[in-house]
Amino acid sequence: MVTTLEQVFRDQWGRVLAALIGFLGDFDLAEEAAQEAFAIAAARWPRDGIPDNPGAWLVTTARNRAIDRIRRDRTLATKTRMLQVAEPDEAIVTPTTFPDERLELIFTCCHPALAVDAQVALVLRTLGGLTTVQIARAFLVPEATMAQRLVRAKRKIKAAGIPFRVPPQHLLPERLVTVLAVVYLIFNEGYGGRGELAVEALLLGRALAELMPSEPEVHGLLAMMLLLDARRDARFRDDEIVLLAEQDRSLWDEARSPTDVPCWTEPSLCTAVAPTSCRPRSRACMPMSRATGPRSRLSTASSPASPRRRSSS
Amino acid sequence: MKYLLLIHQGDSPTPRSPEAWATLSEDEQKGVFADYQAINQTPGVTPGLGLDVPEMATTVRVQDGKTLTTDGPFVELKEAVGGYLLFEADDLDAAIELAARIPAARLGGAIEVRPVVEW
Repeated sequence: MVTTLEQVFRDQWGRVLAALIGFLGDFDLAEEAAQEAFAIAAARWPRDGIPDNPGAWLVTTARNRAIDRIRRDRTLATKTRMLQVAEPDEAIVTPTTFPDERLELIFTCCHPALAVDAQVALVLRTLGGLTTVQIARAFLVPEATMAQRLVRAKRKIKAAGIPFRVPPQHLLPERLVTVLAVVYLIFNEGYGGRGELAVEALLLGRALAELMPSEPEVHGLLAMMLLLDARRDARFRDDEIVLLAEQDRSLWDEARSPTDVPCWTEPSLCTAVAPTSCRPRSRACMPMSRATGPRSRLSTASSPASPRRRSSS
Repeated sequence: MKYLLLIHQGDSPTPRSPEAWATLSEDEQKGVFADYQAINQTPGVTPGLGLDVPEMATTVRVQDGKTLTTDGPFVELKEAVGGYLLFEADDLDAAIELAARIPAARLGGAIEVRPVVEW
């Protein structure tokens, strides 16, 4: 399979950025460095070929750029952890020294001290790699509004001391609900027609399932999103919504159905499924047992069957 | 990080309003005192002082060099700050956990957690 540059960027952006934020402790600096590294890759890889471990290459390059930048601008030094760290190592980071910190990143972005609008925007920007313009367009708000929202959220993370970490065990259940709600909200925005957001939510759902393989709710959410997504083509006819009972089942895409989700094959994971908030109205169509998760703030605000909802700014 | 925790008493009963305070059982009243004491003894906490009700307050402004004094503040009684404490913590999560232990938070009030800006 030929891996295109765009695909590599798409796959690697979230992980590279997460590693950089973990190392630099600063969202903006990390984002700038990541962008610079991706730009260098875009110029160099078509000539030299894609490195064996593109993610590690990108992190190393971005890290070195960030270090250069800090050296040039000493006032930044006090704001980062960087200069307490040893001299930069020019060697390529190996996969073992390239920690996957996407979970830390998503929990930071979905901290309950941030407004839901901000959580969604941050997740799409940092993990999804969407541009501010794309996010603004997806949520039908002016670009300046979205830019402002992102700036304010990033400033709050820093100023209020929101930690960059996966929450400790006693906080995990309530914090995970917030994360799942954000992923589901993104999916739901995409369900009303903006397919690119649904794709984004599915990528996030898959990443979460990979990173938290023993969390039933994560698998429940992913399975539900896959099921709904598989029926996407049958949901509208001439711009009119078609209810489940009347849908043309030949339009359901079985290939997109969640056959490979551990929720189906691991009995131990079937005890709990998606949070109540993530339960579609018609449960008869879901091969799931009872939904038992806690209610979240989305429970009344959104349901996959509800028409497209505008997010308030 | 340093945080200032502002305690908004809201509807929560305090000894300053004997009627409301009497709605709590003796055990509950003792519990409130014990909880505040435990919070004040938590490492990192610099205890603050309790404030009298906003009706007792005086607001001062200076306009064109003249001192203007008015009675009371311009806040709803429910939103008034009744007390505060300083907390030196690693991160916001630690401050949130401490805030959740303050009795006013569970008795109808609220705690505002504000990072202190250090110059």
